[in-house]
Amino acid sequence: MDEEVNTIARTIDITAVRAQFPILQRQVNGFPLAYFDNAATTQKPQAVIDALTNYYTTYNSNIHRGVHALAEEATTAFEQTRTAVQQFVNAREEEEIIFTKGTSESINLVAATYGKAFVNEGDEIIITGMEHHSNIVPWQMLCEEKGAVLRVIPISDSGEIAIEDLKQTLSDKTKIVSVCLASNALGTINPVKDIISLSQAAGAVVMLDAAQALPHMQVDVQALNCDFLAASAHKMYGPTGVGILYGKRKLLEKMPPYQGGGEMIKEVTFARTTYNEIPFKFEAGTPNIGDVIAYKSAIDFINSLGKKNIAAYEDELIDHAIKGFLSIDKVELIGTARERVSVLSFSIKGMHPFDIGMMLDATGIAVRTGHHCTMPLMDRFAIEGTVRASFAVYNTIPEVDRLIDAVSKIAGRAKG
Amino acid sequence: MSSIRTIQDQIIDDFELLADDREATIFYLMELGDKMTSLPEAYKLDENLIKGCQSKVWLHSDFKDNRVLFEADSNTDITRGLISLLVRILSGQTPDDIINTDLDFIEKIGMGQIIGSQRSNGFASMIKQIKMYALGYKTKVAIS
Repeated sequence: MDEEVNTIARTIDITAVRAQFPILQRQVNGFPLAYFDNAATTQKPQAVIDALTNYYTTYNSNIHRGVHALAEEATTAFEQTRTAVQQFVNAREEEEIIFTKGTSESINLVAATYGKAFVNEGDEIIITGMEHHSNIVPWQMLCEEKGAVLRVIPISDSGEIAIEDLKQTLSDKTKIVSVCLASNALGTINPVKDIISLSQAAGAVVMLDAAQALPHMQVDVQALNCDFLAASAHKMYGPTGVGILYGKRKLLEKMPPYQGGGEMIKEVTFARTTYNEIPFKFEAGTPNIGDVIAYKSAIDFINSLGKKNIAAYEDELIDHAIKGFLSIDKVELIGTARERVSVLSFSIKGMHPFDIGMMLDATGIAVRTGHHCTMPLMDRFAIEGTVRASFAVYNTIPEVDRLIDAVSKIAGRAKG
Repeated sequence: MSSIRTIQDQIIDDFELLADDREATIFYLMELGDKMTSLPEAYKLDENLIKGCQSKVWLHSDFKDNRVLFEADSNTDITRGLISLLVRILSGQTPDDIINTDLDFIEKIGMGQIIGSQRSNGFASMIKQIKMYALGYKTKVAIS
């Protein structure tokens, strides 16, 4: 059978999925844990934990240039993750995948190298009003250094951008357009296909912050034709401290190195250093070997379920949650975009998000409260913060019902 | 005016009834917050904000007949509940009593477990600010 058909035909066996996550057996404050803080970080399946333990127990070694057996095994496993990532995002070549410590570092890398080489005084960089601080601050720093200008595409009341606004903002001064594929605070999926083609037609390169997208939806860098893409392993069932940067070969080759050190060099004399080929040119120093290796098990986990199955299952969870929330008096949803990942931001009239978060925690429900590292976005909605529930493939409809019941009970106490 | 010791003991007794029921404790704190008199808007100034708190906390003080008077407010109900405890214990006490007090109710009611480490730091900032005011008034009396 065609693999695609086979994947769609399979449904999520939620009991089997949950059995792979030991932490989900935990009790919190006397209640079974209902973990809805997945947009901050997901939990890890046993296979990821085992891969990490196995690496340190049996073949811990520094990678590349080692001639002994352990170095060979570690190097092979490390590079297998690169191949797995390449296939996961459908990059043309595995050399186009660079390991970093997270999405933030991936964006900083592009700002510090591509930005350094190709952005000049008076040039413009475009972002949207829903970006995470990681996709704002590196560009602000670059603009400050270069005398460039940061332009921001506004957000509608539903939490979406208008392509028309991007068209108005793009010009021959635009050098970089950097947007999130999916918003961490609102869940909005941006129309990146249009953003990319319009921006590239104007002569800009496009960077996608895919931290929230990669765990939830199919992302194909060749089909999208994005120039750069950043994501974090820990938001997709993998370990913390590992991120990826995808970049088109022709761009990566033109960019100066990010940091100096071991691994990134070809030849060093005191007079002059020549740099290694990509991807190593951007991977100075000993990388986070164990976590990169364990990351492959997270990718295998997602692949074993099928991205389309995960998306369909999570859509079911979010639709159920939205339906439930809309029926609660005093609850307001922040961000109502039609295209969205499984992130739900809400507020209760007359109640501070911290109080709501603490009351939910008292019943074993983990959510995130506050500005979600998107202060400008919170300003746009004239709020201090929201409560955010974000779902993963191991969450269940009964868990979502628990959330709805608890929020309903809390809203009943609200003065607003 | 009851002594700091007496009021602390009352609070410790009240929280003992809640035992380990976290949900009930949180609701109780919110109720305390509800009952506390709101700080007049005129005092909700940036200069009255306590640094180091995750949520906004305003603290206003006054000094009459060698007693320090405190009024406070917050934008979150649980924090209002927490500061209402401090106001209940320390408002109306003498500067010396405030400066020298050991607020052992915090440990005895298990505050750290209830509010977590980040809010505990904020709570400590509130106490520090209250003691600073007391010290300020004491110094003022000494030099006048």
